[in-house]
Amino acid sequence: MSLSEELRQLYQEVILDHYKRPRNFGKLDPADRRAQGYNPLCGDQLEVTLRLDGDRVDEVCFEGAGCAISTASASLMTEAVKGKTQAEAEALFQDVQQLVTGAEPPTGEMGKLEVLAGVRDYPVRIKCAILAWHALRSALEEGDQVTTE
Amino acid sequence: MSEATVQLPPPAAKAFDVRKVRADFPILAQWIRERPVAFLDSAASAQKPRAVLDAERECYEEYYANVHRGVHHLSVRSTQAMEAARETAREFLGAPRVEEVIFVRGTTEGVNLVAATWGRTHVGEGDEVLITELEHHSNIVPWQMLCEDKGAVLRVAPIDDRGVVDMSAFADLVTERTKIVAVAHISNSLGTLNPVREMADLAHAVGAVVFVDGAQAAPHTPLDVEALGCDFYTFSGHKAFGPSGVGILWGKTALLEAMPPYQTGGEMILTVRFDKTEFNVIPHKFEAGTPSIAGAIGLGAALRYLMDLDRAGWAAHEAELLAETTRRLEARNDIRIIGTAPQKSALVSFVMDGVHAHDVGTILDEEGVAVRTGHHCAQPVMEHFGVAASVRASFALYNDMSDVDALMRGLDKVTEVFG
Repeated sequence: MSLSEELRQLYQEVILDHYKRPRNFGKLDPADRRAQGYNPLCGDQLEVTLRLDGDRVDEVCFEGAGCAISTASASLMTEAVKGKTQAEAEALFQDVQQLVTGAEPPTGEMGKLEVLAGVRDYPVRIKCAILAWHALRSALEEGDQVTTE
Repeated sequence: MSEATVQLPPPAAKAFDVRKVRADFPILAQWIRERPVAFLDSAASAQKPRAVLDAERECYEEYYANVHRGVHHLSVRSTQAMEAARETAREFLGAPRVEEVIFVRGTTEGVNLVAATWGRTHVGEGDEVLITELEHHSNIVPWQMLCEDKGAVLRVAPIDDRGVVDMSAFADLVTERTKIVAVAHISNSLGTLNPVREMADLAHAVGAVVFVDGAQAAPHTPLDVEALGCDFYTFSGHKAFGPSGVGILWGKTALLEAMPPYQTGGEMILTVRFDKTEFNVIPHKFEAGTPSIAGAIGLGAALRYLMDLDRAGWAAHEAELLAETTRRLEARNDIRIIGTAPQKSALVSFVMDGVHAHDVGTILDEEGVAVRTGHHCAQPVMEHFGVAASVRASFALYNDMSDVDALMRGLDKVTEVFG
């Protein structure tokens, strides 16, 4: 059976791997910051918890149920932001947003996060890819619940 | 030739023929991603037959004007056409009186109208409103808000693991405190057909009124509100192959006449003075403002289209699609069907092991298969079955076995991607 190029780009090995074996899955307790992300469209719900070391993200975890795109994106996010300063994490959030919407090329090196670019061809899935990042941002801003609607 | 030899065959024109039905729906001829579209999302909104498109176009091209107010030719014709559509809806519902048929925006407005008018004047502190666990959000939230406003209690009859309402629990929940019972005729997320007559009899025994959300029933069979024994019935045009933005609320005359108006404005009044306004008679009392004129006319055409079908053949066709889809899904070992009521309409909700419904939906789309994924605006149902989201393949009269084949091919592709 043949898969289209778009579908292959969306469900790359890295995405499937992080979906099936999500990294940093769970809840930090105690945590310095936490935030919920909720996508009412598909019912995806996740919680991001993190510990700070000064201005740096020392540890970050996520927990929740979601589709392959939102789970993989959350898992990749935890790997990518660990050790980053709050300003660096914010810059990465902006880059990821640009990457998945395809509006403008990201300013920084995206590395493994490049696989998220596959959602560009699937407008309704962009929210899935960005959910965990919104939750991260909200946690860093000491927010609580965010939704992508 | 003598008269005796002229034996006409029985009229074959009415026998249900899915190929002819498909040809009536222009949108189904298109291809998506190099495949013919397999539209399995009719429970969300159905496609429109040419008869509906023609009726709306004719209205705008030939006789459109505002209704019920002009003395001129076009207004008279528009009014006649809209009132003819009302009569068609009456016939479709099996309702006794045409004045009982109110044009609304859709099912959601039908529920809100009754909750805000009948509910506001009949439900008080300590009273109860009874719904079921399988309701769509639109048949939950208006009642919930009414109960909050009035200090009343919302009771919920539970479903079992097949998605069937537990009728003994239901009967226990119908008490002297019950003022209104609001139930879906058919569940949008499970396909369960509720025993409305039995529910209505229980409700009426304690003097409660019965409201039926017919959004999912109207697209599958002409109705008979008298046989159902309900007091209110509402459905959306767009799910019944008519235009979006228009629907029907039917209610018994005595109830409608005693209800305050829902919205106020033009059309629904007889006289307005600054000290007192006199409201119009039913149905106009509930039709404030200029209605969806062409929409109502299009809906009339849709209902006429349905009534002209061979009902038995249509029902058998949908039953066959449901049986075959269920059989083929059960033959796979990675699918769990949500909702296995013995009395069920042609839709299948399911989850796939290890793959989220949204991913299934995206990959099915690749095969040109349109399904709904998510919680289907029935979060309590999803919670009951312990899933956040499901895939729903819903069938309509225009689907055929090629659509079932496409669904199965798509599911094989999901397996290929997720391994």
